[in-house]
Amino acid sequence: MTSIESPEAFDGHASVFAPSANERKALSVQQLLKLGFLAVTLLLLIPAAAILGVLVWEGAPGLTWEFLTTKPTDNGAAGGISTALVGTVWMTGVALACSLPLGVAAAIYLSEYARDNWLTRTINIAIVNLAGVPSIVHALFGIGAFVYFLQFGKSVLAAGCTLAVMTLPVVIVSTRESLQAVPQAFRDACWNMGATRWQTIWKIVLPNSGSGILTGLILVVCRAVGETAPIMFTGAVFFRQFYPSGLFDKSMALSYHLFSVSTHVKGVPAHIPFTVALTLILVVLSMNAVAIYFRMKLRGSKKW
Amino acid sequence: MVITAAAMPTATAQDSLLKVEDLSISYGDKTALSGVNFEVRRNEIFGIIGPANSGKTSFLRALNRMDEFQHRMSVSGRITFAGRDVSSIRNLYALRRMIGVVFPLPVGLPLSIYDNVALSPRLRGVRTKSKLDAIVERCLTRAALWDEVKDRLKSLGSLLSGGQQQRLTIARALSQDPELLLLDEFSIAVDPVTTMRIEEVLKGLRDEMTIVLVTNLVQQARRLADRTAFFLAGECVEVDQTEALFRGAKDQRTRDYLEGRFG
Amino acid sequence: MKNKSTVTPAPRPELATSGRDAWADALDRRDRAWCLDLAARLLVLIGGVSAILFIGAIFLFITTEGLDFMLNRMEFGSLLFGSRWEPTVEPPEYGAFPLIMGTLWITAVAMIIGVPLAFAAAVYVGEFARGRQREWLKIGIEVLAAIPSVVWGVIGLYVMAPLIKSTFNVQIGLNVLNAGVILGLMAAPIIATIAEDALKAVPESYREAAESLGATRWQVIWKVVLPHARPGLSAAVLLGVGRAFGETIAVLMASGHRLMAPEGVFDSAATLTATIAAELGEAAVGSDHYQVLFVLGLLLFLITFSVNLIADRIVRGRKAAK
Repeated sequence: MTSIESPEAFDGHASVFAPSANERKALSVQQLLKLGFLAVTLLLLIPAAAILGVLVWEGAPGLTWEFLTTKPTDNGAAGGISTALVGTVWMTGVALACSLPLGVAAAIYLSEYARDNWLTRTINIAIVNLAGVPSIVHALFGIGAFVYFLQFGKSVLAAGCTLAVMTLPVVIVSTRESLQAVPQAFRDACWNMGATRWQTIWKIVLPNSGSGILTGLILVVCRAVGETAPIMFTGAVFFRQFYPSGLFDKSMALSYHLFSVSTHVKGVPAHIPFTVALTLILVVLSMNAVAIYFRMKLRGSKKW
Repeated sequence: MVITAAAMPTATAQDSLLKVEDLSISYGDKTALSGVNFEVRRNEIFGIIGPANSGKTSFLRALNRMDEFQHRMSVSGRITFAGRDVSSIRNLYALRRMIGVVFPLPVGLPLSIYDNVALSPRLRGVRTKSKLDAIVERCLTRAALWDEVKDRLKSLGSLLSGGQQQRLTIARALSQDPELLLLDEFSIAVDPVTTMRIEEVLKGLRDEMTIVLVTNLVQQARRLADRTAFFLAGECVEVDQTEALFRGAKDQRTRDYLEGRFG
Repeated sequence: MKNKSTVTPAPRPELATSGRDAWADALDRRDRAWCLDLAARLLVLIGGVSAILFIGAIFLFITTEGLDFMLNRMEFGSLLFGSRWEPTVEPPEYGAFPLIMGTLWITAVAMIIGVPLAFAAAVYVGEFARGRQREWLKIGIEVLAAIPSVVWGVIGLYVMAPLIKSTFNVQIGLNVLNAGVILGLMAAPIIATIAEDALKAVPESYREAAESLGATRWQVIWKVVLPHARPGLSAAVLLGVGRAFGETIAVLMASGHRLMAPEGVFDSAATLTATIAAELGEAAVGSDHYQVLFVLGLLLFLITFSVNLIADRIVRGRKAAK
């Protein structure tokens, strides 16, 4: 329907292929609509850029190496955030240690062993629902199950376990995807050779699913670092002068620290919330960048 | 009229590696094989010929109990391998390790060529590098692939060409040091010259193993097989010494197929 | 190929001697690989059912913590419709109606803002954008989704609040509008992703058929693609509602947390989630107040469970119909 010349090009006679007035109107409506949609899409994305801009503008001046490595003082209103960073690392570590093995095992079950029966369907429903549970409900579960029932008390361990339950679906879904992407022909060839199912998984399927597991890992870290509600009542405290002494110790955490200095800590200099937020965002975004980088790299190196 | 091995001079129990009695295979309500009877002797090349969909591939699958992975496949009758009923074997992996299979579709595993061929020995417990090197070289040589890949054993097996992947598959099957080698139309993905080389190798392998060769190239069966069976529409029509079958088959359907009247 | 190697084949331990017994032995012996395989099968099965166990456990623990209150002292009607939420006075009042209204108002604003943005983005990225533009837009949506909720809360407090105050000339910037806009932006990426999947699932043949009849790109989308993708789009909206419903920290920080039902978008409000978060730390463990908060949590759990179930049904109903 595109025309290459104007209707007048042919000695005043309109070319057969030139668009009629109606068609031209339809085309320009097309263009307008396309631009309109683009504009609305950008409207969605501009806030993201604006937020980053604000955080950098207000928060960057305070983001010094000293800030990251000194302990906080004065109830968290002054000093640095080192205890919060270390606490977040501990909690994230616990979350990873619990959710990765369990999630990968579940994904292996769903991809390699599960048949199309009621059990599989129920597991899938459970995964979708586990992902949709509100974070405060996860906190309530964490209190009931880890703090009191298993008697971990308010601790890094309880907070990490709560985060693990929250992030389990993410590991399962991304690992399962990459497991299922391995062609069935490889499994058949191994089974025919007398390899057991597990030997096939261990030698062929799992090694070729690294991208899914890595994606799952990165997503777990992002969620664990950014979530506040699940750790608020299960192990995070708003001020501590010491690093956590063990798994059963309470600790500060980056996300909860941001919440505290923005809401209930008194006497906080105006830029501190932005600086802490900037730190948090930088951690999350750099992990996402790593994920995107690996995705692009893996797309280039095809193994079959 | 079905001519079975039972009508032949009776083979002793020692000689028989594989015995099929009244075997029937079906997928749901579709029958792939019904009432098949024959016997494969040790150290012979046993050919199976017949048109498409005559049940040849289903038979191979039932043989090494791959029906375990196919839920809709039901097998009745009796397959006896080395004196044991395959349906009562407890360690199916051990059974499959003794049987090497080559499919029509080439499969190069996403490991290095070396690891492709070393996979089975490693699973059996062979660890010494020198032994593995020797096995890899011997199997790749027999599969007529050694010369082409000996300088790049570390490159990925899954990225080889189709014909090379097929020879790699054959090398893998040989690396199992199997008692029984099953070849299902192996020459589809391989060029004629290489097919010839592999056929030479197969002839020599007779001393070490028993070979069942499923092929749609009747002349290939004539060249290689000691005895040949003709399968048609799920039935084993006739089994005989290869030359006898080709010179004068007892069943009219066999004669028609061999003369190319259908297929 | 006559390359005869003189190396003997690797010895096969299971066939040390010839004879039928050795064969039979090898075929029945459950060796290490066999046992390892069985162990692996059991372990992954445990992993597989763990998701079910956790959902069940969540339900169990939340219910039992609030059980005493629920069975003995709670009146369901007054909990849902009572208009005073004053847990700290004597006698305490546990009417959650203001909280429910707060949740509904904020979720509604979030959907009004989030759904059009998300759908537009899904349509543009799915139907119009190509190549690098598409890559960058998708990365943008991912970045939006990656922003943690507490950071959104900070934006609500320090950026949106002054903005609302000055633009609309109101006294307080922490209100339904603030929380609603933020929640809309938070939920949009999920809605957009699922909507995009729904649009992608429309078969190419439908589009080609319409185009061959002379329809423009837009007409194809409006009259063919969107109607066909309606179930998937509904699922997307439902999941977005679920997301908005369940958000805690951002709403707590941006909504002003006033425990009365809002009457306009410039009123401060409080949601169920934010209230639980705000009061859980102060309630004595085991007290009535503590238990009521768990009951509210149970309510939230059941609502999001149903929403997710319905959305999942819709998506799978479509898949089954194919």
